[in-house]
Amino acid sequence: MEKTWNNKAWFMVLPVLVLVAFSAVIPLMTVVNYSVQDTFGNNEFFWAGTDWYVDVLTSDRFWDALTRNLIFSAIILAIEIPLGIIIALNMPKKGLGVPVCLVLMALPLLIPWNVVGTIWQVFGRVDIGLLGHTLEALGINYNYVQNPIDAWVTLIVMDVWHWTSLVVLLCYAGLVSIPDAYYQAAKIDGASRWSVFRYIQLPKMKRVLLIAFLLRFMDSFMIYTEPFVVTGGGPGNSTTFLSIDLVKMAIGQFDLGPAAALSIIYFLIILLLSWIFYTVMTTSDAQS
Amino acid sequence: MNFSWMAWTLPTALFFITIALLLVGMAVWEYVSPGGNPRVGILRFETTRGDRLFVSLLGSAFIHLAWLGLGGPNLWWALALSVVYAIGVFRYV
Repeated sequence: MEKTWNNKAWFMVLPVLVLVAFSAVIPLMTVVNYSVQDTFGNNEFFWAGTDWYVDVLTSDRFWDALTRNLIFSAIILAIEIPLGIIIALNMPKKGLGVPVCLVLMALPLLIPWNVVGTIWQVFGRVDIGLLGHTLEALGINYNYVQNPIDAWVTLIVMDVWHWTSLVVLLCYAGLVSIPDAYYQAAKIDGASRWSVFRYIQLPKMKRVLLIAFLLRFMDSFMIYTEPFVVTGGGPGNSTTFLSIDLVKMAIGQFDLGPAAALSIIYFLIILLLSWIFYTVMTTSDAQS
Repeated sequence: MNFSWMAWTLPTALFFITIALLLVGMAVWEYVSPGGNPRVGILRFETTRGDRLFVSLLGSAFIHLAWLGLGGPNLWWALALSVVYAIGVFRYV
């Protein structure tokens, strides 16, 4: 069938272009402008050139926060993706259990991020929190305010509790789209449970897993609200991720130039990693 | 309209004008030769000329950052290296 070409269709994308310009392009341009200048307020700026970039790139503070970010993202992806697949595989496909499970899975996603942080901050407290108090009663020395490892464990468990549901829902959507004929053919061939997963379910979930992986990576790499509410970046700097460091720099210290330079570097890292993940996964998808 | 809140400087304005001109140039190229010239290069996956521009710009950004972190604030050599890199990307990727 011959396609109809009409250049007036370009006007249909104009609203999106305007929206992206105001929400992303203009703010990004402003941040670039700030990153090469210094300011003390009153809309007065002094040229600094690339000094802020050199400062950021040669500081231990930046590299430490970046390392923490990468470790955090790697840990939560290593937990949430397999756990989400396992839960999705075990969810009912028919009957009353379906809506019940879907609603239960959606609940953590409906809670605002700062409320999630507050819930876990209280939950983990040794004096009044159920988790902290129970662990103490069991003789486990747990205190996320003073112990960096406890703070990390709390943040990881909180993130897994909050976001595994997203992976579950995406995987479940992929699973229910598989026609019954595939399972019937596998049964006739005498395929094992593992073979059904490896050669039918996993390939069919690949596309949604790509989305889940990218969403969770970008979200976890940009995480701010929950750790800020629970630990405030502490104890010490043990949970100070790039986003928290950025806010400390920009709002706490009012160092807008270095903060803008850090923002640009942060943005480029996310752009690069997302592009690599997207390219690797879509290329392998196309080859398969 | 007053854009002073965006804190414009001549170098950053020239930078964004260059990016805009690159995008306009790509649009004209696409108009003259539609289809994006997809091909499989040394990275062994299909790229269009838009992909190659993206890889060039992103790589150039990291070349400049690496130069700033390891070499110092003089970026002319980083710019020259980025141009060579971009030519390489458009030729072989």
